[in-house]
Amino acid sequence: MSVVDGNALAGVLTDVLGTDATTARLRCAGCGTAGLLAVTRVHRSPMGSVARCRGCDTVLVTVVETPTGRRVGFPGVRSAAIV
Amino acid sequence: MSDVRLEARRPSAPPRPPRRRPAWHPATVAAVAPETPNARRIVLDVPTWPGNDPGQHLDLRLTAEDGYQATRSYSIASSGDVTRVTLAVDRVDGGEVSPFLVDAVEVGDALEVHGPLGGWFVWRPGGDPRPVQLIAGGSGIVPLLPMVTAHAEAGDPSPFRLLYATRTPEDVFFGAELDAALRAAAPFELTNVYSRRAPEGVPVGRLTREALERAVLPPDTGALVYVCGSTPFVEQVLRWLDDLGHDVTEVRAERFGGS
Repeated sequence: MSVVDGNALAGVLTDVLGTDATTARLRCAGCGTAGLLAVTRVHRSPMGSVARCRGCDTVLVTVVETPTGRRVGFPGVRSAAIV
Repeated sequence: MSDVRLEARRPSAPPRPPRRRPAWHPATVAAVAPETPNARRIVLDVPTWPGNDPGQHLDLRLTAEDGYQATRSYSIASSGDVTRVTLAVDRVDGGEVSPFLVDAVEVGDALEVHGPLGGWFVWRPGGDPRPVQLIAGGSGIVPLLPMVTAHAEAGDPSPFRLLYATRTPEDVFFGAELDAALRAAAPFELTNVYSRRAPEGVPVGRLTREALERAVLPPDTGALVYVCGSTPFVEQVLRWLDDLGHDVTEVRAERFGGS
């Protein structure tokens, strides 16, 4: 497990969003603050990645690599402004 | 419904979207060279590469003969509308991919790259007139070098400063490129900090808040600040920048993990 930041999710999320994800502005459903994906705290392991809010630790984005493909979830994102 | 709020506000200076759409591209290793005792420069020939901005990265995928695949992110040390892409990879002991790239990959080897990636950690010449402060720890210099190079080659008038922390002088990446930028007309200042061993006449010591304060453009200059290095290095630098009065929500940081 290593801790990086949302820049590391640019590749996997580009496939999902079709645009650069690091400049997407996410509003956290936990604390209501908005911030760029690039500045989130990302926990990375061979199974996938979790992006958490720096303010309240809410899980914003999950990326799970499975033998049948990639599963992406946005459990803690109330809204996303994609530039 | 009280917690439902439309997202209508925009950041004061919205980041511009990247100009080039990311895609997977076949790549061939065109050249390899030692960069430091622990790192290697790898030049890739990517015929379909759309070019990239200074600071962007790519995902690199290796496929073994049995079909096993491993993907890792690497910062790009080059920029512009070219199909040659330069990486500089530090060996991570116990890692799965970096020892292969540093010790085993050879000219002519085939791999795949996904990019260019990232629209946040970028700087482009000719745009923002603000002064720029770059802060690198170790191989964190990689995405900052193309900013320095593009600034020098464009003759961009924005004042540029780089604070570069390494263990020893031998651990400095891109010495020739940084020397060239120091000789160029564009305003560029470089401060090296050495934690283990320094050239004669230069003090040895880890980066401290006081050293950071001396080397870094003060908050009232309105400088754009970019920080790249290991996660602990970046977190420490951000705490010190905060102490010194910088608005750390505006600092662009890229962490590559490790300790």
